[in-house]
Amino acid sequence: MIAEAGLAALWLAAALAILQLFLAFGPSRVRTLAAEPVRSIAIVEGLLTLFAMAMLMWVFERTDLSVILVAENSHSAKPWLYKVAGAWGNHEGSMLLWVTILGLAGAAIAIFSRRLDKKTLTAALGAQGALALGFFAFLLLSSNPFARLDPPAFEGRGLNPLLQDPGLVFHPPTLYFGYVGLSVAFSLAVGALITGRVDSALAKAMRPWVLGAWIMLTLGITAGSYWAYYELGWGGWWFWDPVENASLMPWLAATALLHSINVLAARDSLRAWTVMLAMIAFSMSMVGTFLVRSGVLTSVHAFAVDPKRGTVLLALLAFYVGSAFVLFALRSGKLSEGPRFELVSREAALVGNNLLLTVILGIVFIGTLYPLFVEAATGAKLSVGAPYFNAVAGPLALMLAVLVCVGPLLNWKAGSGEKLKRLAVPALVGATVLLIAIVAIPEGGALPKAGLGVAAMLSIAAFLPLLGRKLRRTPLSTWGMVVAHFGIAVALAGMAASTMLTKEVLTAARPGEQVQVGPWLIEFESVTPTAGPNWTALEAELRASRGSGVTVLRPQARYYTSPPTETTESAIATVLSGQLYTVLGKPAEDGRWQLRLWWKPFVTFIWLGGALIALGGALSLGGRAWRGWRRERER
Amino acid sequence: MRNLRFLPLALVALVVAALVWRLANPPDTDVQSAMVGQPVPAFTAPAALPGKPTLSTADLADGRAKLVNFFASWCVPCVGEAPVLAMLKQQGVPIVGIAVRDRPADLLQFLSDNGDPFERIAFDPESRTQLAFGSAGVPETFIVDGHGIIRLQHIGPIEPGDLPGLVKAVKDAQ
Repeated sequence: MIAEAGLAALWLAAALAILQLFLAFGPSRVRTLAAEPVRSIAIVEGLLTLFAMAMLMWVFERTDLSVILVAENSHSAKPWLYKVAGAWGNHEGSMLLWVTILGLAGAAIAIFSRRLDKKTLTAALGAQGALALGFFAFLLLSSNPFARLDPPAFEGRGLNPLLQDPGLVFHPPTLYFGYVGLSVAFSLAVGALITGRVDSALAKAMRPWVLGAWIMLTLGITAGSYWAYYELGWGGWWFWDPVENASLMPWLAATALLHSINVLAARDSLRAWTVMLAMIAFSMSMVGTFLVRSGVLTSVHAFAVDPKRGTVLLALLAFYVGSAFVLFALRSGKLSEGPRFELVSREAALVGNNLLLTVILGIVFIGTLYPLFVEAATGAKLSVGAPYFNAVAGPLALMLAVLVCVGPLLNWKAGSGEKLKRLAVPALVGATVLLIAIVAIPEGGALPKAGLGVAAMLSIAAFLPLLGRKLRRTPLSTWGMVVAHFGIAVALAGMAASTMLTKEVLTAARPGEQVQVGPWLIEFESVTPTAGPNWTALEAELRASRGSGVTVLRPQARYYTSPPTETTESAIATVLSGQLYTVLGKPAEDGRWQLRLWWKPFVTFIWLGGALIALGGALSLGGRAWRGWRRERER
Repeated sequence: MRNLRFLPLALVALVVAALVWRLANPPDTDVQSAMVGQPVPAFTAPAALPGKPTLSTADLADGRAKLVNFFASWCVPCVGEAPVLAMLKQQGVPIVGIAVRDRPADLLQFLSDNGDPFERIAFDPESRTQLAFGSAGVPETFIVDGHGIIRLQHIGPIEPGDLPGLVKAVKDAQ
């Protein structure tokens, strides 16, 4: 009954989406009356999808093997947490989570965006209903998560062991909240294009959603990067894998949108551009979903793929993105240009930010799809890897980071360059660090060294907007900006330092032997068998020391029974100045074991920086929400 | 400038077209050996079993085109492939085997369970010969002509449906 209840909720929600669509875009007599009913419908629809998702999590929690999805992806011996999170560790459940967040986003617009004019809100909810309807149809007709299995299976096939990790609990939902949260910006942009009201009120209505989605995307990407780093045992934190790029592209678009939306909100400029970015951001989310779900690109994320479903998804994608940009092509010409601004002004700096981000987005996009275009055109097979992305996008990203030092110091409209003098100190520090890096570090190319210099400069410059302000009176959103920009400096420093200073040792050693990696002396003590709830493992004991004190690391080679899979579980020791990363490999015939050891200085800064960037976003969102709430109360 | 408004739409159309093409032409993930068309790599290998001759580079250039089958006793698809190899042998196709990462006792058991179509079997305990052929897994089969040139690579088990094509390919290689 649980599964049927979930299925019924999905069908009901789909029916409501049709109604929503009809009310929002139907005959004009209907539309004038639609504002209130459409809002209520959106809210109920959101609750129904949430209910369906809860039912799916429940059947997974119970390991109800009469549900095909559970039988194929779960197992009774799995730890509780992974049973529940396993609900979205497969295609159908993952799509249901996607749709659930889409439904909740629709409900959230209906509840929170009441200050927007009624027509635009109704049109936006209509657009959201149209989006939801397509994905409901996709779920119900080709990916039903609640389908039954008769007779029930005796035991489930189990979850891919690489997914049996706290990362599964955190990474997909945050990323999806980010991906699908951008649908709100998309729908609002479509609504505003239909009614022709692209103005600062729209920007203010859109901003919290963009900010919220962007925070989630930032967290999701950061968490995913760390998960891949420790789980896959390659010791890298970004692989320029197509699916990673698929999450980076919406983030780049959302970051650009986040900045251009401020121009629209404060100065009523960049109208068409902001609307286009809002559409691009969510289009990139859909492209990302498509790339992951269809498996058209070779990727480490090549689980749960199905080309047939890919066809349906592609049709949906082409329809939504295509219609949105047809609308843009037809309507954006009618939008008047906003007020003009000077070359030295905050607007201009933000335009620079947008241009750089868009170009980086283009670079990632082309790099990701280039092999596909080439093969379609000439039949030649090739792959585009890190050298391209680093060489082409890297310098632009550094330019952007320099611009981040400058932009916040400029005034709106026509800024005097007066405050720019404050940059003298950070610039000097940055140049010094760059010089030291060039002299003291023989390894690594020019890019990471420049990165270190820029990071040093930004780490000070990020705080300059606070100079001369009363700190307690400074709005939270300004603090948010400062923290996020400082986070960029931290992440950049981590990327640059770990790229240049990482020490890697790949060796075969007998228990009792010692290995030196970077400043660490590692004693290989023993290899012993051990076991967990649904795996057995060989576990090495490594005693690492540098100078004083001993840290014990226990990397494992695990054997999962259901399904039978071997995985490596790296063991990582985190200290202030970096991480020692150890992997146990295969035994050789002569009693030696393969060991892979890395010393990665400052690598943790990458994810710390990511977390700071997200925290900055959260401060800004919280500050704006608080101010909005207080203003509301004063009335 | 006005026409720039259509630029995003054009880009969308281009990308969708490329993705449609990809869905219609799924990627071929098999890695073909670069050795096809080349002489077989030089190798020497110990005999796998007493009483069964081993295989070396010279044996593959004895004037007869033949199948070189990489297999292993621990390989489940190889069990499925065994009857098809027997049929090939009945049709007069010479077959030699290379046992990858195997143990003599297991190999003997495998041959007595599933039949032994092989004229010669070489032992490849560390996959060196297999890698030299540019093969990535088992079972995999190469057609080598009478002069020791690799003519064709078949990745995965040979299915009954592949028989006519392979027999013809061996005849052509002759």
